[in-house]
Amino acid sequence: MTDKPMTAMIDISRAKKTFTMHLQGGVELPVVGGVTFQVQPGECVVLSGPSGAGKSSILKMIFGNYRCDGGRIGIRHQGALVDLASAEPRQILSVRRATIGYVSQFLRAVPRVATIDVVAEPLISNGMARPEAQARAGQLLRRLNIPERLWALPPSTFSGGEQQRVNIARGFISDLPILLLDEPTASLDAANRAVVVELIEQKKRADVAMVAIVHDDEIRHLIADRIVDVTSFASAA
Amino acid sequence: MADNTTAVQDNDQPLMQAEGLGKNYGRLSACRDVSFALYPGEVLAIVGESGSGKSTLLQLLSAQLAPSAGKVSYRMRDGVMRDLAALGEAERRFLFRTDWGYVHQDPVLGLRMAVSAGANVGERLMAVGWNHYGRIRDTATSWLERVEIDVERIDDAPRTYSGGMRQRLQIARNLVTEPRLVFMDEPTGGLDVSVQARLLDLMRNLVSELGLAAIIVTHDLAVARLLSHRVMVMKGGRVIETGLTDQVLDDPREPYTQLLVSSILPA
Repeated sequence: MTDKPMTAMIDISRAKKTFTMHLQGGVELPVVGGVTFQVQPGECVVLSGPSGAGKSSILKMIFGNYRCDGGRIGIRHQGALVDLASAEPRQILSVRRATIGYVSQFLRAVPRVATIDVVAEPLISNGMARPEAQARAGQLLRRLNIPERLWALPPSTFSGGEQQRVNIARGFISDLPILLLDEPTASLDAANRAVVVELIEQKKRADVAMVAIVHDDEIRHLIADRIVDVTSFASAA
Repeated sequence: MADNTTAVQDNDQPLMQAEGLGKNYGRLSACRDVSFALYPGEVLAIVGESGSGKSTLLQLLSAQLAPSAGKVSYRMRDGVMRDLAALGEAERRFLFRTDWGYVHQDPVLGLRMAVSAGANVGERLMAVGWNHYGRIRDTATSWLERVEIDVERIDDAPRTYSGGMRQRLQIARNLVTEPRLVFMDEPTGGLDVSVQARLLDLMRNLVSELGLAAIIVTHDLAVARLLSHRVMVMKGGRVIETGLTDQVLDDPREPYTQLLVSSILPA
């Protein structure tokens, strides 16, 4: 299996994560073990399992936000295989800039930055001119029903649902080959959920590999090409 | 500015390198065995509590203190890596006046309080040979605008400025020579929270627009999260944990780092 040329965008093998809680007397908290699955270009894999089974932790491991205690997180990055479990910080930053996008559940807003710039920022930091990046950000915000009069305001004062839509716009704006989605539709109404499903469809057609966590059965049914049950990873931890 | 991202992505040579760096005061070891490489465009935060050795480390890195052990090398503009301790006077001057910036926690230390804001910015340009008054004033004016200081105040001395304005002026004075590396010592310390937010946002934009490398000493983990790519956690003079900033803050491994992270009061 290891000598087969890698065509998958994500190739995880026996990845393991344990938290050691030093402030609680060094308690070891096993999260997941033996995590093994692949994601092909244009495929959306949905992680399933009960709350606390480690779904979000797996997404964070794929993004390099949580460190791995064992195994391999293979990512196809600019034509080469990078193992995020052992990569240097600079490599991880490069992978995030060019390969992996992450839509978290909550927007970590920077004070004072206008909504339109929060959304446009990933494009600008990849070298796109500000006016063009803002124009694309505007299209996406309009599609997600954020009224134009709010674009110049920082999103910190917005409602939970509006903030999540800003977050989705920011996550979907780049043309990155891998996208990780942590409950992208959690606090959205039906109309906006449908927009997100459309956006995911569009990414699939553009050959983007996705890993998602969704609790809503209907949405899961609409977006999942394959379901990976993480319960076995939790018991192997 | 257009080369910004390529500088970040393709520059595989470190800008600064510390090897086994240490400083003793008699038998007291303020800082020991620090090694790291800083790349162009990279922002490194050094975090830790008072007395952890982070300020000593910053002084060693910026050649204001001579190390008791180890060395710091810096890539000069000709591409050659040079030991800071072996630099000649002209090269040191070039670093301090042009290629480096140093933002003090207390702007009084980084500004001349009795001369005008315009002169504070223009002085760094004159030190590197600018002599056309009109050009100097134009450049100073555009930098004041960039750091959001009302241009009407260009002829006022910074002693008439508020704390937040002084800090923004200090940043303008440092960046006007287009340095490649900026050292910052608790740049938001002592400012009101609302003033801090504005300053952080400004610094974040400037650092990414100019493709600056920066080394920021802070005890505030929120500042580290907002500004830095990588973080080094110091305790008792030693680096106890290092990594990508969000990794260290979201998945801290060392007992002390876990304590620091868990001690943040939720807003």
